[in-house]
Amino acid sequence: MSYFGDIGKGIKTLLSGMKVTGKYFLNARKEIITQQYPENRDTLEMFERFRGEVVMPHDENNEHRCTGCQACEIACPNGSIEIVWDRKVDEETGKKKKYIVNHIYHLSMCTMCNLCIVACPTDAIKMAKKFENAVFDRTALTKVLNKPGSKLMDGVEE
Amino acid sequence: MYDFTGLIQGINKWLHSILPAVAADVVGWILIAAAFLGLFAILGLVLVLAERKIAAFFQLRLGPNRIGPWGIFQTVADAIKLLLKEPVGTNRADSFLYNLAPYFVIIAALMSMSVLPFAKGLHAYDIDIGVFFVIAMSSLGVMGILLGGWASNNKYALLGAMRSGAQMISYELSVGLSILTIVLLSGSLRMSDIVASQSDYWFIFKGHIPAWIAFMIFIIAGTAETNRTPFDLTEAESELGAGFHTEYSGLKFAFFFLSEFVNMFIIAAMGAILFFGGWMPLHIGGWDGFNHVMDFIPPIFWFFGKVSFLIFLIMWFRWTFPRLRIDQLLTLEWKYLLPMNLANILLMAFIVLMGWHL
Amino acid sequence: MKTEELIINPQGKTEEYFINMGPQHPATHGVLRLLLTLDGEIVRKVDADLGYIHRSIEKMTEFDTYRQIVHLTDRMDYLSAHMNNEAVCLAVEKGLQIEVSDRVKVIRTIMTELTRLSSHQLWWGVIGMDTGALTTFMYAFRDREMINDIFEETCGARLTMNYFVPGGLMWDIHPNFQKRVKDFIKHFKTKLPEYDTLLSDNVIFRKRTEGIGILSKEDAISFGVTGPGARASGVRCDLRKKHPYSAYDRVEFKEILGTKGDTFERYRVRILEMWESMHIIEQLIDNIPEGEILEKTKAVIKLPKGEFYQRVETARGEFGANIISDGKKSPYRMKFRSPGFSNLSVIDHLAKGWKVADLVAIMATFDFVIPDIDR
Ligand code: SF4
Ligand code: SF4
Repeated sequence: MSYFGDIGKGIKTLLSGMKVTGKYFLNARKEIITQQYPENRDTLEMFERFRGEVVMPHDENNEHRCTGCQACEIACPNGSIEIVWDRKVDEETGKKKKYIVNHIYHLSMCTMCNLCIVACPTDAIKMAKKFENAVFDRTALTKVLNKPGSKLMDGVEE
Repeated sequence: MYDFTGLIQGINKWLHSILPAVAADVVGWILIAAAFLGLFAILGLVLVLAERKIAAFFQLRLGPNRIGPWGIFQTVADAIKLLLKEPVGTNRADSFLYNLAPYFVIIAALMSMSVLPFAKGLHAYDIDIGVFFVIAMSSLGVMGILLGGWASNNKYALLGAMRSGAQMISYELSVGLSILTIVLLSGSLRMSDIVASQSDYWFIFKGHIPAWIAFMIFIIAGTAETNRTPFDLTEAESELGAGFHTEYSGLKFAFFFLSEFVNMFIIAAMGAILFFGGWMPLHIGGWDGFNHVMDFIPPIFWFFGKVSFLIFLIMWFRWTFPRLRIDQLLTLEWKYLLPMNLANILLMAFIVLMGWHL
Repeated sequence: MKTEELIINPQGKTEEYFINMGPQHPATHGVLRLLLTLDGEIVRKVDADLGYIHRSIEKMTEFDTYRQIVHLTDRMDYLSAHMNNEAVCLAVEKGLQIEVSDRVKVIRTIMTELTRLSSHQLWWGVIGMDTGALTTFMYAFRDREMINDIFEETCGARLTMNYFVPGGLMWDIHPNFQKRVKDFIKHFKTKLPEYDTLLSDNVIFRKRTEGIGILSKEDAISFGVTGPGARASGVRCDLRKKHPYSAYDRVEFKEILGTKGDTFERYRVRILEMWESMHIIEQLIDNIPEGEILEKTKAVIKLPKGEFYQRVETARGEFGANIISDGKKSPYRMKFRSPGFSNLSVIDHLAKGWKVADLVAIMATFDFVIPDIDR
C-alpha cells in the first residue's frame, strides 16, 4: 500500500514545487530584479563607501592635500602606490621640506583594500565610486594622482 | 470549414496539368520537403527562443533582450553564429560515425514530423500506421545519440550515450503503452482517424480516468524521450559536462540541439493528437452556441495552441525539478510506470468493452 | 577505434577506467581536479589533485604587516570573507592583548552571521544546480543580493570585504544598516520556506540525497571534518558554542545536529543553520551597544614573540589562523587551517561505491570553495 502512498506523496511534492515556480512565472513582471546595466548608467549609483579606485581630490585652485609622507605607500600590501618626492627650501622658514612630485597609482595591481586611505594622515586620497575600469591598454591603468601643476593646500601640514 | 483537402488537391491537380505526371510528383515532393524544412527551421528558432524566455521568467530574469525587440532575433543570430563556427572535433574520433550521428538524429526527427496532421487535410503522409511510425522513428533517433557518444572517443560522451541507451529503451515502452491505451479507444493507428474520432469529445474526456493516467505517463515518458530535465541524464551538465555532444561544435552541435527541440515538439504534438483531439475544437455536448464559436477558430490554431500548452508544461518541468539518477530513472520506469501502464491498458480495454467511452 | 583494438576481457569482467573531473568541470566549482576511477558509473576511487589555484598566501603573509594580512584572507574562502578576517584579527588582538569594545564584537557577530547566510544561500543555489534544478540558483541569488547590498553599503565591497581590522572595524556601520538587515530578515523569512518546497521536500531531490554518502561520527572526527558536514553526523563541533568568540556568548541559539550523516542530513543542517543565523541576528540587531570602533594600536603592529592561534566557525567549518611571531612587524610563519582541505579528504571515503551523480551531490553538500582548499 505504501507503493501507492509514495506515488501520491511524490506527485504532491512535485506539484507544490511547480506551484512555486509557476507563481513566479506569473508574477515575473513584478519580481524581475535584473538590472540592465549599460542602459541604466545614468541612474546607477553605487553606495557611497563603494571602493572603485583610489583618487586624489583637488580643489578649484588645483591644490591637493598630499604631503608626500609615503604612509600610503608603506601601507599598501602590493606596491600599488609609488611616491616620487623631492625636497625644496621653504621660503619662510628656510628649511628643506619634502614635497610630492608624482603620486603614482597602479590600478592594475590594486586590490581595493582601503588600507592606504586609512593610513593617509591628511586624508589626501579617497576611494571613488567609479567601477568601469576596463581599458584597452594596461599602461592606462598606471595613473598619476596629483594633477600637473598642482600644489599642496595651505594649512594641511599643521 | 477550414478544410485543407481541397487546397492541397487543387495544387496537385494544377501541377499535373502543367507538368508530366512524374515531374509533377517530384515537384510536389520537393514542395512538401521544402515546407517541412521551413517548418523545422522556424520551430527550432521559435522554440529555442521560447525556452530561453520562459526559463528567464521562471528564474526572474529578462532573458534574451538585446537583438531585436524583446530579443526575438536572438536565436536567428545564434543560428548564424553556429553556421559560421569552425567545426572543432577530436582527432581520434571515428570520423565517419562521428559525422554521421547528427544526421541520424535530425532525420529521425524530420521523418516523424511527416505523419503529423496539422489540420484537416494538412498532412504530408497519412500512413495507416502513423502512430507506430512515430514510435519507430523516435527509436531511430537514439541511434544517433549512441553513435555520437561512442564515436567521439570521449569518456564523458560515452557515459552520456550509454545512459541515453538505457533510458530510451525503457521509456520507449512507456510511451508505446500509453499510446496503445489511446489506440484502444480510437481503434486505428492512422493519425487522421484518431483525430476524427475525437470530433465530439477529446479522448482525455472520453477515456475517463485511464486516459488521464495514460496522459500523465505519456508526458513523463515523453519528457524522458526528449532528454529533458528531470531526465536529462545524457547531457547532465553538472556531471558529464555536456554528455554525448561534448565533442561536437558548430553546425553538428546545432543539429543535436535543434533536434532536441523538434523532438519536444513532436512529443507535444503526439500528446495533443492523442489526448486533446489534435486540431479538433473543444466541444461540450448540448452547448451549441459555444460549440459554434469554438468551430470558428481555425483548426491550425487549435493544434498549435494545444501543442504550445504541452510544450510549456514540459518546460515548466525542466525549470522546476532536479535531475534523477540513472538507477532511479530505471526504477521509475520499470517499477512504477510500466506496471501502472499495463494495469491501465486493461482498465481501458474493459471500458472499451463495456462501451462506456462513447 | 577498431574492433581489434578493443580490450576484450576473457572473464567478462568489467574494466575500471580513469576519468578526469576538472580542473574545468561544472561540478567542481572552481579549478579542482578529481581523478576518478570508475567502473561503469560506479566510483571506485577519488584522487584529488590540488594546486591549480595555489597563490602561496601563507608565504605572502611572511612579508606583509598584520594589517595587510587581513585582506589576503578575503581571497581564500571568499564566501566567508568576514569570518576569515575575523580569525586573523582575533589572533592579532590576542597577541596585542587588547580587547575590542562590545560594539565591535556585536557588529562583527552580525556581519559574520550575514556572511554565513549569504554563503549558505549560494550553496543552496548551487546544490540545486548540481542536482539539475537550475532555477534554485537564481532564487538564491535574488536573496543573496540583499545581503551583498548590505555589505556594499557598510563595508564598501561585496566579496572581498576587508572590513575587520586588528583592533576593531574599518568604519562604523552605515546608518541604514539596521533597517536594511531587518528588511532582509523579514524578506528571507518568507523565502526560506520556498527553498524547502523547491528542493528539501521534492521527492526527486530526496531520493537523490537520502541515504547517500553516509559519514559516521567516528569517520568525521578521524578525517577532521568540521562544519555542517560533521554536525550532520552528530559531531558537536560548532565553535560558536564550544569556544565562543566575539558576541556569541551573549546570544541564544541552537547548535544544529544531525544523526544520519547522509547527504540529505548535511543539506538539512545547512538549511536549519540559516534559521539559526537569522535568529542570532534578530537578537543583536536592535541592541548594538555604543562604544569605540577602533582600539588604539601602534602605526606598525608588532606582535610579541610567541604563537597565537584563533579559530572561528566559517560557513564551511573550522577556520584557524596560527601566527608564529618573532617580534617583527611580519609573522615568522603563518599557518591557516582551512575547513575545505580536511573536508575534501573525506570525499574518497564517502563516494566509494556510489555513482558519479552521487559524487556530485556529496561534493555539493560539503560546499567546497577551491581557493580555500588551495590557498
Ligand atoms: S587600496 Fe589597497 S591595494 Fe589599492 S592602493 Fe590602496 S593600499 Fe594599495
Ligand atoms: S596620499 Fe596621504 S599617505 Fe600618501 S603620500 Fe600623500 S599624504 Fe602621505
